[in-house]
Amino acid sequence: MSSTGEVLLILGMMVVTFSIRYVLLAFSGRFSLPESLEKALKYVPPAVLTAIIVPSVLIADGSWNISMTNPYLPAALAAVLAGFLFPKRVLAASITTGLVVFAVVSYFQFIR
Amino acid sequence: MPCLYGSKCNRISPMVRNEFFRGVRDTFPLLLGAFPFGLLYGTLAVSSGLSIKAALAMSAFVFAGSSQFIAVGLVAAGAPVSIIILTTFVVNLRHMLYSAALLPDLKKLHQRWRFILAFFLTDETFAVSALRYRKNDSSSYKHFYQLGSSLAMYFNWQFWCAAGLVVGSRIPDAQAWGLDVAMIVTFIGMTIPYIKNSPMVMAVLTSGAVSLMTWQFPYKLGLIVAAISGILAGILLERIESAKKSLEKRGV
Repeated sequence: MSSTGEVLLILGMMVVTFSIRYVLLAFSGRFSLPESLEKALKYVPPAVLTAIIVPSVLIADGSWNISMTNPYLPAALAAVLAGFLFPKRVLAASITTGLVVFAVVSYFQFIR
Repeated sequence: MPCLYGSKCNRISPMVRNEFFRGVRDTFPLLLGAFPFGLLYGTLAVSSGLSIKAALAMSAFVFAGSSQFIAVGLVAAGAPVSIIILTTFVVNLRHMLYSAALLPDLKKLHQRWRFILAFFLTDETFAVSALRYRKNDSSSYKHFYQLGSSLAMYFNWQFWCAAGLVVGSRIPDAQAWGLDVAMIVTFIGMTIPYIKNSPMVMAVLTSGAVSLMTWQFPYKLGLIVAAISGILAGILLERIESAKKSLEKRGV
């Protein structure tokens, strides 16, 4: 790619990406959201996070992998369980339990 | 408006510093996840024919991992600039959902702050900050928390992309090390606190189910479809429940 092409590419990508991230915030002082929309927004984080988590756990290399040979699955299940068991320290519980289970399962697969 | 620096205050208040570093700290497990992707991005960028300068500039000015990957792939395939930019638009569209969700918290801030925080808005910083804004304490410095998370993600990404450009091709298969599991379990820990009532359960279950039906959609569109389905399902159940309650109240 020519260097002018590179400059145009990066400039274009930057403008497009920043606009998406900024446009609502830019004018947010001038309007207030209807109450129904504001209610809807509280569902955004859990819905988005779930939509990221589920396929990353169950799909490996372009196909389904729902078995215990997929270390992501027991790790995720353990993280969910630990999170619900320790509601006061959800993050710490989910992260440590998930990572430990992942390491253990991967290790046993490795030595087999 | 608290000031970070300037003539009127030359000392950063301990509360500001506290929020900032908590933001950095809480983002920490998510930094790990960027490691294999940064390396891979660097490697792919080199082989795509993009110059090193351009690959670094893309990380510095665009700062959106998935779209950078796809852009590099399209450059390698010889796609025209206009198509790559259009693809970037579609891939990053989900960020509008994030800025909408943060709107109630960010609209009180000065335009300058909204501008800065928008530039750094990624999946990870959104997830971490949304949880912080949701906590019912009186801190009026929560945006410094988001800034801390933003800068941690930013410099981490720059570092691993640069590392990828230098050594990426010599470290084979960093993606297979499973470092992204740190991101997944962190996201799980961040989702659980929201699951407090049946509409939220509905939203999460729907989003998860739809994400499995739509994962083959190109350009992360499956993520947007799944998330919106989950949001709609949550609202629907919430409406049904409140309608039921008002009927019961009237003794029907």
